Amino acid sequence: MKPFTYERAESPAAAAGAAMRHPGAKFVAGGTNLLDLMKLEIEEPMHLIDVNGLQLDKIEPTPEGGLRIGALVRNTDLAADERVRRDYGVLSRALVAGASGQLRNMATTAGNLLQRTRCPYFYDTNQPCNKRLPGSGCSAVDGASRQLAIIGVSEACIATHPSDMAVALRVLDASVETILPDGTTRTIPIADFHRLPGDTPHLETVLQPGELITAVTLPKPLGGTHIYHKVRDRASYAFALVSIAAVIQRDGSGRVAVGGVAHKPWRVEAAEAELPRGAKAVTERLLADAKPTKDNAFKVKLVERVLGAVLAEAKGA
Amino acid sequence: MKFETPATTNPIDQLKVVGQPLDRVDGPLKTTGKAPYAYEQHEAAPNPAYGYVVGAAIGKGRISSMDLGQAKAAPGVLAIITAENAGKLDKGDHNTAKLLGGPEIQHYHQAIAVVVAETFEQARSAAQLVRVKYEAAKGSFDLASVKDSGKKPKEGFGGPPETAVGDFDKAFAAAPVQLDATYTTPDQSHAMIEPHATIAAWEGDKLTIWTSNQMVGWGVGDMAKTLGIQKENVRLISPFIGGGFGGKLFLRADALLAALGARAVKRPVKIALQRALMINNTTHRPATIQRIRLGATKDGQLSAIAHESWSGDLPGGEPETAVSQTRLLYAGANRLTAMRLAELDLPEGNAMRAPGEAPGMMALEIAVDEMAEKLGMDPVEFRILNDTQVDPEKPERPFSQRRLIECLRTGAEKFGWDKRNAKPGQTREGRWLMGMGVAAALRNNLVMKSAARVKLDKSGHITVETDMTDIGTGSYTVIAQTAAETLGVSLDKVTVRLGDSTFPVSCGSGGQWGGNSSSSGVYAACMKLRAAITLKTGLSATEAIFADGKVSAGGRSVSLAEAAGDKGLEVEDTMEYGDLDKKFQQSTFGAHYVEVAVDSFTGETRVRRMLAVCAAGRILNPKTARSQVIGAMTMGVGAALMEELKVDKKRGFFVNHDLASYEVPVHADIPHQEVIFLDETDPISSPLKAKGVGELGICGVGAAVANAIYNATGVRVRDYPITLDKLIDQLPAVA
Ligand SMILES: Cc1cc2nc3c(=O)[nH]c(=O)nc-3n(C[C@H](O)[C@H](O)[C@H](O)COP(=O)(O)OP(=O)(O)OC[C@H]3O[C@@H](n4cnc5c(N)ncnc54)[C@H](O)[C@@H]3O)c2cc1C
Ligand code: SF4
Repeated sequence: MKPFTYERAESPAAAAGAAMRHPGAKFVAGGTNLLDLMKLEIEEPMHLIDVNGLQLDKIEPTPEGGLRIGALVRNTDLAADERVRRDYGVLSRALVAGASGQLRNMATTAGNLLQRTRCPYFYDTNQPCNKRLPGSGCSAVDGASRQLAIIGVSEACIATHPSDMAVALRVLDASVETILPDGTTRTIPIADFHRLPGDTPHLETVLQPGELITAVTLPKPLGGTHIYHKVRDRASYAFALVSIAAVIQRDGSGRVAVGGVAHKPWRVEAAEAELPRGAKAVTERLLADAKPTKDNAFKVKLVERVLGAVLAEAKGA
Repeated sequence: MKFETPATTNPIDQLKVVGQPLDRVDGPLKTTGKAPYAYEQHEAAPNPAYGYVVGAAIGKGRISSMDLGQAKAAPGVLAIITAENAGKLDKGDHNTAKLLGGPEIQHYHQAIAVVVAETFEQARSAAQLVRVKYEAAKGSFDLASVKDSGKKPKEGFGGPPETAVGDFDKAFAAAPVQLDATYTTPDQSHAMIEPHATIAAWEGDKLTIWTSNQMVGWGVGDMAKTLGIQKENVRLISPFIGGGFGGKLFLRADALLAALGARAVKRPVKIALQRALMINNTTHRPATIQRIRLGATKDGQLSAIAHESWSGDLPGGEPETAVSQTRLLYAGANRLTAMRLAELDLPEGNAMRAPGEAPGMMALEIAVDEMAEKLGMDPVEFRILNDTQVDPEKPERPFSQRRLIECLRTGAEKFGWDKRNAKPGQTREGRWLMGMGVAAALRNNLVMKSAARVKLDKSGHITVETDMTDIGTGSYTVIAQTAAETLGVSLDKVTVRLGDSTFPVSCGSGGQWGGNSSSSGVYAACMKLRAAITLKTGLSATEAIFADGKVSAGGRSVSLAEAAGDKGLEVEDTMEYGDLDKKFQQSTFGAHYVEVAVDSFTGETRVRRMLAVCAAGRILNPKTARSQVIGAMTMGVGAALMEELKVDKKRGFFVNHDLASYEVPVHADIPHQEVIFLDETDPISSPLKAKGVGELGICGVGAAVANAIYNATGVRVRDYPITLDKLIDQLPAVA
């Protein structure tokens, strides 16, 4: 770990401002991802801005009939919230499918969205990795890639975004609210929040330097059946090979987002029109441009089969 | 004491303490955090400096330059030790690769330096500043592609490299029903919770290491040899071990580097091997490719059995002895086994829980299931039909005890085997495909020389000392039970002290010999103490009864406290073995039954319930033995469903080198386990009439899971682990 200085921010604007004053600064929330990466010197912030005291830990109704989730709301609290469980069940289920109870007690809404990939080469500082060290190459393309992405990939990087929560937020069309160092605020649709790797896999979101997430908002409830189906090699405490967040209506229409397959939660709205025709039809549209490796080619088939399970469950089968 | 003839009635047979399901005596220490593990010997070695290990970044090649300048200048750094400045180092007898590499690099994450600093954080930070340039060399990292260059290994722990009886080729060719199949098992990691850890301190030319090591004697010898010092100058202390599974049988880099670091900075140095280094820096269970051919008559008699196994290791290494059990498990007149060892430049392969049998049975017991199906026989009945009561390669050698049939039958009844549909893919529970599987279990029983010292003090308290270790197995407890039983005292009158090289040399913990052999050593010493007591009290040795803290004979009774007198009594003895293990084949047996549910959509396999029936001699403590067996069953599920070190064949290393990516079962994977021990004693094994049990529990489990998956789905997977990607293409189509 590199030595760093530390401060506790007093307000969101002050936090964003401080980040601008200290090049290479990072916000720290639950610390469950950032601290691990600092110990391995994969992240090397010179300055840490602790945002835990910002009182962004409330869940409030919005005038539009949705919910505004503070950036510091812990995953455990969000999953347990009565309104979330009633109206946004897919989010609650995605959250409890992730990590462990202890981690969820610490993990925050903003931190979860910004957690970094679990590509094994990203974690091994001996190995080339464009995401960790831009321009050094990608070890995974011809290495062990069973866990990695099959769609939206580039030659520079085939990593996935590992969050479960983000997949549910994508299917719910959530938005991310931020404040910039100059004090202005903006709202970013979740669809635009994470980037594909392209030539710059080290840039994972559209956030600008010093930009602080203050909240995530959910539009008004969609109704329907909420399902989160996560598939993995062991029953618990593992990242998804493939996961599907779905909201399916009585008439068979609905929405589907897929985790574990891309650098961001993967959703193709046009593919959802195929839902009445079944899992195969949807998957063909959803993964039309898939470029899997030999190691993870099975994920294409797996998406179709998990979607089959989801649709069967929605029908009450 | 020498054990040369089968045991007759002796004090252990009273079973007042031995054989009881007692709580482990070290439990309270562990649950209150007071058991000092290697890294926590704060009082024994105050004011330590901290070491952080630098691992090689290439799989094979040379260090062309190493720049320590920046690292040395970093805050708190006291010393950096490399092969260049460490002085002359030899290699331990039990090590294949050097523990401190350079300039030649033999495997990925081989230690090339240790940075010693005032704090752990300073050492870790400075370690990142060690600048190394390498010249990578081409290595061989893929077993499948070098397999055919494999050579016949020399004879080692797993017996001869080849055996043959009768004429296999002819018998196989003539067999009306044949099976010829190839199975693979991957490299696996011990993945125990406590990393390899050591604190080292020097006093003049005397070295003390507090470490986590299963074999105190081997550790002392290899440390002395590596450093070129006298064994007498090395003291190794290893009272508590947070899991080993064979990964801590040997001197490893943490211990050597702590010793070198402490010598350089002239104060204690502590090192815990970083988790990310454990998998490539230390040993692992090597991958195997196994070809099995079985020939049978139409009515199910095996007439030909061949098992060949290929594995790889660094030059000078050893094979995974995956054919061992096939030499013993089933009858059959024409037999052949062979091992081949290829050179690989991956990290060092070595023993992991039930080396040989664990991966060997994973293959053999699928093959047997496949053969039973070809014959249209129930796999339980097929196994029973081919049982043997003698070593099938040397029929003049009977088994000392072999109740495999009873294990199979008991298990079938208790598990509800009759509910299994022999036709695969037929049983559904909603979206789940349900199946049951069975496998036999065999693991050899080894007996090892083991010594102990027993002291009786003036309060009548007994203290046992032996350099035996407790790797979580329950050694403290069964040894205390043995002493209490033999000397007729209650358990609270016995203190057991383990894991110190100043104590008499024991068998150590390995190969499931620890419990029986170390307790037998303690029994020998306790019998000698009984003799000393009767001699001192003038009581008749033949009539003396030791009970309730007293010794009585001829109407006279003396308390042990009195007998000890002010000076107390102290004796030492060693249990040694004659040739009973030559005359008799000594093995432990079991049957594993498993029910699985396979998700018909996703191919995820979830174990529903498991049962193991074990025949392993006298069970010294059913509670600790059960813990061993369920732990081993859990490990077997890991091997069946998820455990695999992923080889990067280009760069030459195991990629998933942490506990997030090397998956082992979690609680949710293990819903229901049951263990039944057959009530038996084996007087040919030891005076305790006990055998090993800690490794039996893993043997066969993987195949039972695989066979259950086949029964559930109709998909036969011969390459472990059985992950969903190997199933989904063949599962029923989804709508
Ligand atoms: C063993 C393990 C298993 C896990 N398994 C899963 C799993 O199965 N599924 C899953 O989804 N996740 C899993 N996780 C990841 C876990 O969900 C994340 O670590 C957690 O959500 C991160 O939240 P945090 O608050 O601790 O973030 P931190 O570590 O504090 O921060 C993460 C990043 O977010 C930035 N950040 C934090 N707050 C803000 C803000 N308000 N504005 C801007 N930037 C901010 C930080 O600067 C940092 O870059 C696992 C983690 C571990 C360690
Ligand atoms: S896939 Fe991305 S994260 Fe993984 S090695 Fe390649 S560049 Fe790095």
